[in-house]
Amino acid sequence: MLSIFGAAEVPGTDRMVLLFGQLMVVGAGLLIGLALIYFKKVGWLWKNWLTSVDHKKIGIMYLVVAGVMLLRGLADTVLLRFQQATSSGASHGIVSSDHFQQIFTAHGTMMIFFVAMGLVFGIINLIVPLQIGSRDVAFPLLNNLSFWMYVAGAILINLSLVFGGEFAATGWLAYPPLSELQFSPGVGVDYWIWCIQIAGIGTLLSGINFITTILTKRAPGMTMMKMPVFVWSVLAAMSLVAAAFPILTVTLVLLTLDRTIGTHFFTTTGGGNAMMYVNLIWAWGHPEVYILILPAFGIYSEIVATFSRKRLFGYASMVYAIIAITALSFVVWLHHFFTMGAGANVNAFFGIMTMIIAIPTGVKVFNWLFTMYRGRINFASPMIWFIGFVITFSIGGAAGVMLGVPPIDFQLHNTLFLVAHFHTMIVGGALFGYFAGIAYWFPKVFGFKLDEKLGKLAAYLWIAGFICAFTPLYILGLMGATRRLDHYDASLGWQGLFIVAGVGVLIILAGVGVQLLMFYKSIRNRKQNMDTTGDPWNGRTLEWSTSSPAPVYNFAVIPTVSDRDEFYRVKQLKLKLPKRKFSAIEMPNNSPFGIFMAGWALMFAFSVIWHFPPTIILAVLGIVITFLVRSFNDNTTYLISAAEVEAIENKRVGALL
Amino acid sequence: MTKVSPMHKEIDEETATSLLGFWVYMMTDCILFASLFAVFIVLKNNTAGGRNGAELFSLPFVLMQTLILLTSSFTSGLAMLAAQRSRIKDTFIWLGATGVLGASFLALEINEFAKLDHSGSSWRTSGFLSSYFTLVGTHGLHITVGLLWLGGILVYIYKKGLNETSVKRLTMFSIFWHFLDVVWIFIFSVVYLLGVI
Repeated sequence: MLSIFGAAEVPGTDRMVLLFGQLMVVGAGLLIGLALIYFKKVGWLWKNWLTSVDHKKIGIMYLVVAGVMLLRGLADTVLLRFQQATSSGASHGIVSSDHFQQIFTAHGTMMIFFVAMGLVFGIINLIVPLQIGSRDVAFPLLNNLSFWMYVAGAILINLSLVFGGEFAATGWLAYPPLSELQFSPGVGVDYWIWCIQIAGIGTLLSGINFITTILTKRAPGMTMMKMPVFVWSVLAAMSLVAAAFPILTVTLVLLTLDRTIGTHFFTTTGGGNAMMYVNLIWAWGHPEVYILILPAFGIYSEIVATFSRKRLFGYASMVYAIIAITALSFVVWLHHFFTMGAGANVNAFFGIMTMIIAIPTGVKVFNWLFTMYRGRINFASPMIWFIGFVITFSIGGAAGVMLGVPPIDFQLHNTLFLVAHFHTMIVGGALFGYFAGIAYWFPKVFGFKLDEKLGKLAAYLWIAGFICAFTPLYILGLMGATRRLDHYDASLGWQGLFIVAGVGVLIILAGVGVQLLMFYKSIRNRKQNMDTTGDPWNGRTLEWSTSSPAPVYNFAVIPTVSDRDEFYRVKQLKLKLPKRKFSAIEMPNNSPFGIFMAGWALMFAFSVIWHFPPTIILAVLGIVITFLVRSFNDNTTYLISAAEVEAIENKRVGALL
Repeated sequence: MTKVSPMHKEIDEETATSLLGFWVYMMTDCILFASLFAVFIVLKNNTAGGRNGAELFSLPFVLMQTLILLTSSFTSGLAMLAAQRSRIKDTFIWLGATGVLGASFLALEINEFAKLDHSGSSWRTSGFLSSYFTLVGTHGLHITVGLLWLGGILVYIYKKGLNETSVKRLTMFSIFWHFLDVVWIFIFSVVYLLGVI
């Protein structure tokens, strides 16, 4: 029994850390469960939230899970930074090499798949249907299923701590042959495979859902070139999801087959080809980083226009830039492994393509700056995030163009310079965007504003901490420090810079603390920060035309659009509130289908990881039967009568329209 | 609001949305197969001392499989036509035929896999055979899912008749089934024909 919990084999301090992790996961689970039972909220939670197919509630749930995972990932960050700051010369830090490898693998996996993706899908869910003037997404039930697949993946990555006590020690993309059974015989890599596989399938379903939503559910009059730029960026990102995630699915399946039934896809013997894995995973992986950053670009576009009180500069060029980035993101994957030995011509092609991507990205940066130019800028917290983004992102972009030059890459690849580069893009680029988006749309979702003072302080701390944490890594990378080091020689003289980087992370932690305080204080003082108008920032797009929070049907009467900044146009007309005729609205019923399906998927994955066929069969049967039961249910919608709609609408105080 | 489908039959907006979503899903499935084809082409010559395609495959056998699958696509098309004319009995007959043909295709494939395994050429033998079994097996898995789905649709129509939902599901199934046909044509050409040459 001890071996399944992994405690028997783990030595020294690692065992302490492991036990602490296990206690934390089990304790947190128990605590939440007991609290729910104590406050008699289980039924309420199940009926109103967990089974909900309302895109707004699903969005909120995404953000909550992603927030928890962010704290989990940050704990890993602190361990990593502490290890590298202390493990020089005679000191070997606090964790062993093997455990260190698991930590950085878990950190990367968690931050990309469960934090960044969770935040992206949270914000997309909350905002896209509102911005296009729709009542919900195209397939609300599928949306709920996607969310639960994401949760199942998140549960699985945490279960690895409790059952087995190990995670992959392979790096976040688990290159073979290291990730093959021969070199990683434990369950760590299997946990890695399955947490991503399940969450990835959820993401793929979401991609299909949002492509269809944006193409078919737009309000009448909203042509493609009248869509808000955020919607464009989501359409582009979701197209990338649909085109790239099947490759991830295949790659993970092939690695699974290698590990479980002895195939030879990526093995060193039997005619396998490990470099094929690297090609496949980056054919997915490079589009993936654009899946993360494009929605952030969209968020900045909305924010800059709103807070500069101006129409977005160069809308059409913004759209074409997004499309160009989308297309180009599929022809640069090889720059992740220039050193593979593909030859000078191949490297030259991918190097040039990589540098070309900087052009549409530059177009976007200039468009934002020109939007600000001569605008009446309101430096609210979303704008602070934006300013921080423009600075860090430009630095990171320049570093990226450097890395895109194959000869330079031969020097810098696998160093901390690379680590600093992609963190600049994903933290300073994408994550700042999500934070900006949350600050911007929070009043729309919850009906009250976040505390601006603490919000700005958090942004400043994050930006300062970020620069302090990653500038030393650029320098260290140039000095030759390779990534993923758990120990280095004192004579190299790196320790000072590693300590500075560690201090940077502490400043970021302070920023996170301020953010938590901000949420606490804003919720406590929500009465003072109520948004009764539905339009707290003088917004420009349709989401601000409905109440905050939006009613379950979003729009009592679907608006007709004739301008890019439709709501701003309507406001300029200063129309009196017309007497509206309400009609009954048909909405989808809540359903536990998603929870059950994701539950079976979780059982399936867990059984495969531990090679236990009976529950594998049970899970497959469960999936088939759940599907059948659902397909025979014709009672999937309910009606909100016209009188009810009118009552809800009349309750809206101080409405603008 | 109504839209006109390629069948020139008016369908409502919700059905049109579902069908578009299904088409997008089909495209993702297409990329899934494209990745597997790429893997197969990369590993094709990595026989690691084992036998290659020319030594393993029998073209007449595969041709038989191909014809059975193509016929099943034809019968599923006939079932669609019958369903659109609300001829429930014909729909059952043609869907039944599709199911029987699909199941025989699957039986032949399983038989072939078993024979290969017994003759000492399993997925453990070489990179080439790993990718062969995975590519063809993924297609077979799709066929299996399709057959299960078909069974579900038959029961649904039996219980609820040919209403809008059942015709919508039948349309999606039909798209799926034709898609598997197209994938099989590629498997036939790339794996078997080029493998034997």
